Amino acid sequence: MRRIALICGLFLLASPAAFSGPSAALGAADVFQAPGYAWPINRIDPFVVAKWRKSGITPAANCSDAVFLRRVYLGVIGTLPTSSEAREFLLDDDPDKRRKLIDRLLDRPEFADYWAMKWGDVLRVKAEFPIILWPNAAQAYTHWIRQSIRENKPLDKFARELLTAGGSNFRMPPSNFYRAVQSKTPRGIAQAVALTFMGTRADKWPEQRLDGMAEFFSQVGYKSTGEWKEEIVFFNQARAATRPSHGVFPDGAEMDVPPGRDPRQAFADWLLSPGNEWFARAMANRAWFWLMGRGIVQEPDDIRPDNPPSNPELLKYLQGQLVADHYDMKRLFRLILNSQTYQLSCIRADDKASAEAQFASYPIRRLEAEVFIDALCQITGSSEDYSTETPEPYTFIPTGTRAIALPDGSISSAFLDMFGRPPRDTGMQSERNNLATPDQRLHLLNSNHIRRKLEQSKWLQSVPMDNGPSPAAITEVYLTILSRFPTENEIQIAMRYSESGVVQGREALVDLAWALLNSAEFAYQH
Amino acid sequence: MNAMLDFDGSISRRGILRLGLIGAAGALLTNRLAWASAPSTQPTVIATKLRAKSVIQIWLSGGPSHVDTFDPKPEAGRDYCGPLDKPVQTNVPGIRISELLPLLAKQADKYSLIRSMTHGNNGHETAAYWVQTGREPGNGQVYPGVGAVVSLFKGYTAGYSGLIPPYIVLTTPQGRFSEAGFLGSKYSPFVTGGDPAQQRFAVEGVVAQGITDERQQARRDLLHAVDTLNNTLPDDPRLIPWRNSEKQAYDLILGDGGKVFDLSQEKDALRTSYGRTSFGQSCLAARRLVEHGVPYITINNEGWDTHKQNFETMRRKLPELDKALSTLLSDLSDRGLLDSTIVWCGGEFGRTPKVQWEAPWNGGRGHWGPCFSMLVAGGGFKGGQVVGESDAKGEQVKTRPVFPCDLIGSMYELLGIDTNARLPHPQGLEVYVTPRPDEGVKTGGRLKEIMS
Repeated sequence: MRRIALICGLFLLASPAAFSGPSAALGAADVFQAPGYAWPINRIDPFVVAKWRKSGITPAANCSDAVFLRRVYLGVIGTLPTSSEAREFLLDDDPDKRRKLIDRLLDRPEFADYWAMKWGDVLRVKAEFPIILWPNAAQAYTHWIRQSIRENKPLDKFARELLTAGGSNFRMPPSNFYRAVQSKTPRGIAQAVALTFMGTRADKWPEQRLDGMAEFFSQVGYKSTGEWKEEIVFFNQARAATRPSHGVFPDGAEMDVPPGRDPRQAFADWLLSPGNEWFARAMANRAWFWLMGRGIVQEPDDIRPDNPPSNPELLKYLQGQLVADHYDMKRLFRLILNSQTYQLSCIRADDKASAEAQFASYPIRRLEAEVFIDALCQITGSSEDYSTETPEPYTFIPTGTRAIALPDGSISSAFLDMFGRPPRDTGMQSERNNLATPDQRLHLLNSNHIRRKLEQSKWLQSVPMDNGPSPAAITEVYLTILSRFPTENEIQIAMRYSESGVVQGREALVDLAWALLNSAEFAYQH
Repeated sequence: MNAMLDFDGSISRRGILRLGLIGAAGALLTNRLAWASAPSTQPTVIATKLRAKSVIQIWLSGGPSHVDTFDPKPEAGRDYCGPLDKPVQTNVPGIRISELLPLLAKQADKYSLIRSMTHGNNGHETAAYWVQTGREPGNGQVYPGVGAVVSLFKGYTAGYSGLIPPYIVLTTPQGRFSEAGFLGSKYSPFVTGGDPAQQRFAVEGVVAQGITDERQQARRDLLHAVDTLNNTLPDDPRLIPWRNSEKQAYDLILGDGGKVFDLSQEKDALRTSYGRTSFGQSCLAARRLVEHGVPYITINNEGWDTHKQNFETMRRKLPELDKALSTLLSDLSDRGLLDSTIVWCGGEFGRTPKVQWEAPWNGGRGHWGPCFSMLVAGGGFKGGQVVGESDAKGEQVKTRPVFPCDLIGSMYELLGIDTNARLPHPQGLEVYVTPRPDEGVKTGGRLKEIMS
């Protein structure tokens, strides 16, 4: 009965009368919107819709295929579609194509690279000050993370391996979890654990509460070996024997850890036990944040009683699903990506302050630094060289390595720093700064770096042209850079520019490419 | 030394291409968020002590020979002074300098010479770090250089504004150490690239080579026409930073903001007297930047590492230095800027006073950290003085040693920077602008004798 009611409810929603969406006469907006809603029957949507109804919020329209294409490519694999991938998807009339594209992207090899980068931000994978993992260990850690994602390791197993890790920083990479902290004290470690796995800033807790949790991390030992910069993380059983742990879990439950037992195991057992909401909630919320651009609890590492979820029922549902699916991250992603909520356009139909928190439109945000430079390289057929000279011996990353695949937060470039790549000092999501600034715009508009990429681009040089750009050439440029077909109007604008006499021949195409690369449509995930 | 600026598209992380970090709302970007635990990190400037507003640093990269420039030793004999055995008297009685610096000799009243600089280290990177941070490397901290510290105290937090950053390097990066140190890349210098002696000074980001102003404007119009998302969301507040940023960028590209780098606005005769070389014109550009309000400018002049061909190189480079620096001092003075602009000139160390006649040097000089010279002028430094003395051969300090922290601390004082203040540190560690007595850093004392 309930299911029928749900379906009927959705059907009602699907009729245009249910929501007064954006008006029809927006030629340009049709680039970004699709008429009507294509509500997939997805169990996320009713939770979101219920909130809209309650608050009288009007949602945005469905996003267009072109927007969907670019959005999922960037959101799932941090990579632009190629022009042929774009062309193929946009011309496909399979009504199921969005769902199938999601499945394909979840299986792409770039998936592991991109999500190892995102996890690397959270886990603070960097060789240098102030984290000081050391280059070999940072790279080993990244490889382990990437491999875990590749094999779609359940998140609880991933967490347990990190929490109970021991061994050499080079040979047992998850042991770096206990080294990738600014302070290797029990409190410092406890704060890192709380931030990473509970989405919580324990430095704001009352001291007693933090100390109670810190007890579980009070028997972690570190020792060096004869090998340069090797460090072993271990359970200091000898110390534990003389100084037993009396820990207090964050929920108040107390525990005397038996002398022979690693208290970290006890903590992991608590955190990952079926009834414990902390972990599932933090992971579900973070997954939503990563894909949607805004957490149900925002910021996603600031879960606390006075920062409630904007939609508690939705969060509870996602939590439950994650647990029921045995902490399968890809399944959760699939669920979110297939919702109509995820597939709304960015053109707001309601500018109430609450609409944003209720996901009534897709929040536009500037491309992440690594994704940005990789996209510029992919489009122009160029590459960046990454290296670092500290510490010695120098590290040179193989040419052609993409920024999303950089294995060490200390290896950066002027571009990446300028565009807000996180320094990975704290592991907080806010360390990544996607704010658009004048120096970024100046760089994109007028730097030698970008100018040379365009001028030397073999792709641009090889786009077939007549005396000037043809509609076909213009189309190829649009598909490559913006991942969509140009409108008639846009083709006219480009043709007029090439006929204006300011530029000769292929320069017009270069300037068109330049203009598109400098547009908000390119720079923003939308 | 590998070039930091690889024009095939790769830019290494070290200290280049960092232009202004003001977001649309005027808020500072931080990509280091963990200043948390430092109690008071608001940089302070002591207004009452303030004499200087800007600094021009002429960095003679490689280590210039002190006895061939500002501390001649003809009495030590040919094995020490080589063919340069007739130093000239300056216009200040008792002060003589190299015969290859006749123009500077006429302006000795404007500058003072420190002949007892010392740190004792002969490694380029270590010495370059030491001279420009005041501290010896190796205690686990990477201190910021003087330019980064001035950029911190006199830059955006102190009310400096605009896309031209407060710390500029003309025209190539030093590449010896991280100028910003633990302060983070926000305080790295902006390296202009380009060549001011060319028809168009192609400053990175301001001038795109091969693109006329007409095309810049035309393609800007094209951009506006095809900026479809932006045009579809005219009222969306999330795009405000994006839109405002464009206006600021174009002020530099097509507007007045970039004109500071347009040297064609200067009289020909003045440009000629600076010297029509990259270095000479960089000095002119530095004067313009000072007028524009930029607090710290480094002119990176390379080629002083004269292990070989020392005297040939001196004959080639010293006249260029002479022309440019003497014109800079008189130009600043004529415009009433010298009193508020510190000029300091020197390198990471000096060079071996005893000439290495033997192969493979064949008349060269090696590195020499125990004793070397610096020239300082303006911004509250008195002119016409000599601080300290070297011994008869120029090998050791004889009187009044001056360590890098003494010179740097003196500059900070003249700039009104509180030398006892803490520097903001990403982990909240207690680190100070200049070394405190309990840090055990050798000091000869601030340059009180030449500070007004």
